Amino acid sequence: MGSVVLVTGVSGDLGARLARLLSADPAIERVIGVDVVPPRGDMGEVRFVRADIRNPVIAKVIAGEEVDTVVHMSVIATPGTAGGRTSMKELNVIGTMQLLAACQKAPNLRRLVVRSSTAVYGSSPRDPAMFTEDMAPKRMPRSGFAKDVVEVEGYVRGFARRRPDIEVTMLRAANTIGPRVTSPMVQYFRLPVVPTVLGFDARLQFLHEDDLLGAVRHAALDGVHGTFNVAGDGIVMLSQAIRRIGRPSVALPTFAVSQVGSLVRRSRVADFSPEQVAYLTYGRGVDTTRMREVLGFEARHTTASALDTLRSAISPGPTMGRRVAVLEHALTQVRGGARG
Amino acid sequence: MADAEIIPIGTRGRPGRGSGSAKPSASARNLAGSGRSGAGKGAKGTAAKDAPGKKTAPVTPKRGRRADQPVTRAEASTEARTDETQVPVATGPEATPEPGGVDERAKSPVDPPVDGPEPRETSSTTTEDRVGDGIPVGDWLQALTSASKEVFGDDWEPRLAELLAFLRRRVTGDYEVDEYGFDAEITRRFLHAAIRPIAQKWFRVEVRGAENIPADGGALVVSNHSGTVPVDGLVTGVSIHDHTGRHLRPLGADLVFRLPFVGELARKGGATLACNEDAERMLRGGELVGVWPEGFKGIGKPYSDRYKLQRFGRGGFVSAALRTGVPIIPTAVVGAEEIYPLVGNLPSLARLLGVPYIPITPFFPLLGPLGMVPLPSKWLIEFGEPIRTDTYDGGAADDPMLVFNVTDQVRETIQQTLYSLLMQRRSVFH
Repeated sequence: MGSVVLVTGVSGDLGARLARLLSADPAIERVIGVDVVPPRGDMGEVRFVRADIRNPVIAKVIAGEEVDTVVHMSVIATPGTAGGRTSMKELNVIGTMQLLAACQKAPNLRRLVVRSSTAVYGSSPRDPAMFTEDMAPKRMPRSGFAKDVVEVEGYVRGFARRRPDIEVTMLRAANTIGPRVTSPMVQYFRLPVVPTVLGFDARLQFLHEDDLLGAVRHAALDGVHGTFNVAGDGIVMLSQAIRRIGRPSVALPTFAVSQVGSLVRRSRVADFSPEQVAYLTYGRGVDTTRMREVLGFEARHTTASALDTLRSAISPGPTMGRRVAVLEHALTQVRGGARG
Repeated sequence: MADAEIIPIGTRGRPGRGSGSAKPSASARNLAGSGRSGAGKGAKGTAAKDAPGKKTAPVTPKRGRRADQPVTRAEASTEARTDETQVPVATGPEATPEPGGVDERAKSPVDPPVDGPEPRETSSTTTEDRVGDGIPVGDWLQALTSASKEVFGDDWEPRLAELLAFLRRRVTGDYEVDEYGFDAEITRRFLHAAIRPIAQKWFRVEVRGAENIPADGGALVVSNHSGTVPVDGLVTGVSIHDHTGRHLRPLGADLVFRLPFVGELARKGGATLACNEDAERMLRGGELVGVWPEGFKGIGKPYSDRYKLQRFGRGGFVSAALRTGVPIIPTAVVGAEEIYPLVGNLPSLARLLGVPYIPITPFFPLLGPLGMVPLPSKWLIEFGEPIRTDTYDGGAADDPMLVFNVTDQVRETIQQTLYSLLMQRRSVFH
């Protein structure tokens, strides 16, 4: 018996790829994609239903199609695609509420997979080095995407209490990067000159886009009830990441970074929110033991190798790295010449 | 990847001029064959090149003996080359990829486009350019060689190569930090290198009981804290590294990580936040963790209270050790109290700035920056016998009475060691 999967947020790149990935799976009978705007590319076997998860129509879709697995992918981190912070918040919070309300009334539903984010842990100097799933943030996120995620998680937990028969898998994904995805960190690394916070070097952890899709697919097929951090192995420092990518960077004091951030945000070049400034100051690491041992998922990319795939997609500027390599080579040559 | 990949470059032979070899130096040749260096890029150049080419021939066996492995390739190519290229520099590039060099290129995954076009043309053109300019490459080379020798000593070649490899890795970001942000390379090369002379020459640190530090596995070093500025933690770290080769991983207050530069340096130097989660994680990971339970009460205490241990917090370090079953090594540091005798404090200003205290010492802020030079007190560091915690049963960490008892035991041990060390010390500065 194949299952029927409903995927929200399929017009985004990751959502569309996930829907295609799921529809190719023999264990899944049908995949229904839902979004407010039709997806651009070819969706293959996926049936697209144009519906807004912010209104109750979604309940009819879930009941009518006898959906047994709902994958909630439309918790978005960048307001750019939603058209502003207000509608982003509405989509994230009200959308999730409506979707969960619809799910609660669906008798056939067996499984719910929610893509959350490690942004729920916030970033502060009082953070432990590695957050495990049962740790609470030291400083509650008060605005932006992180607050949305906190609220979404709250609703999902409430839903899990009310429908204990449904397996609810919440995936707290680390910052997703990759050659094709558009996430705040990718936009940040694509800035012509990358601003950093003077006197701080954040610890960063990344998840490759393929691994995010892999993790969501794994959870949708044989998920385990619970909350899991999903991230690549290892940590890179922000300075190291910038060097690896090969971008010029400039260190600014904290207040200047915030100002540059709001300037960048207003010019729509990249999303640069206050909580991202905190992240770039103090960083964050999450423990993925439960992901490996309980969920049974392994990320194929490490943090460093995910960065390397991003590097190939970003045209590198004139970097110091190349210059030193040339110098090293030249010296080697010259020394070699001396023995002739 | 802790060690630098060493690319040996050059032959360690003495360079041409003044080396007593039969070969005239490049500048000498320049003087003699003025026709050649001037306009002679064409046929004349090649003609002139034949002569030195023959002269280098006797040197060839020597090279062959030294780098035996690449005999096939390097040897053959140099033979082939000696007659077409003459100036010492030009022969080189082929011989350069010695065993080490070849390895290095094959190994490093993100190799920059080093081996693009084979440097044959480039080197010969630069040679001629330089010759035209007046200062021959040979002289540059010699200057470089002697300068490197001056800086790095006799084994300058591997050390220069190591430095370059290090630079390349840093600049391309091709290094690893652990999950706490610890950068072993930077710590070893800069942090320790900066503190070591201060510890050994200025404070003349004497270490006792280093054998009490286990060679591997998790352990908790618990020490007294003093000195207005936490220099004692840094010096203890360097001393432990020098005696056992292990890195001490300090636990720091959250203030440390809130401060710009300080927090960055602390993380790079291996520190992490003093919380139970991190302490237990590190101890389970088999690290040697350092903790100063007195915290700011210890380093910020007035000089009159020197060597009186302050309250040991809530004993969180003991419960971390009990949960992970690692030994506690009580450590006493004598000497740090006198480096900045704290005679006053500005509590209201401190509260305003959000720091625990603003120190006033006899010389600071009176002498300005000069007042920040620590007094050269004589330091003694004693690592006591490890206190085992793996003998207690599972729930021991949740038994407050037991935790308090062990905390007191550690505290008493350190206090007694402090007294006995003070008895042994002849004077503060000796």
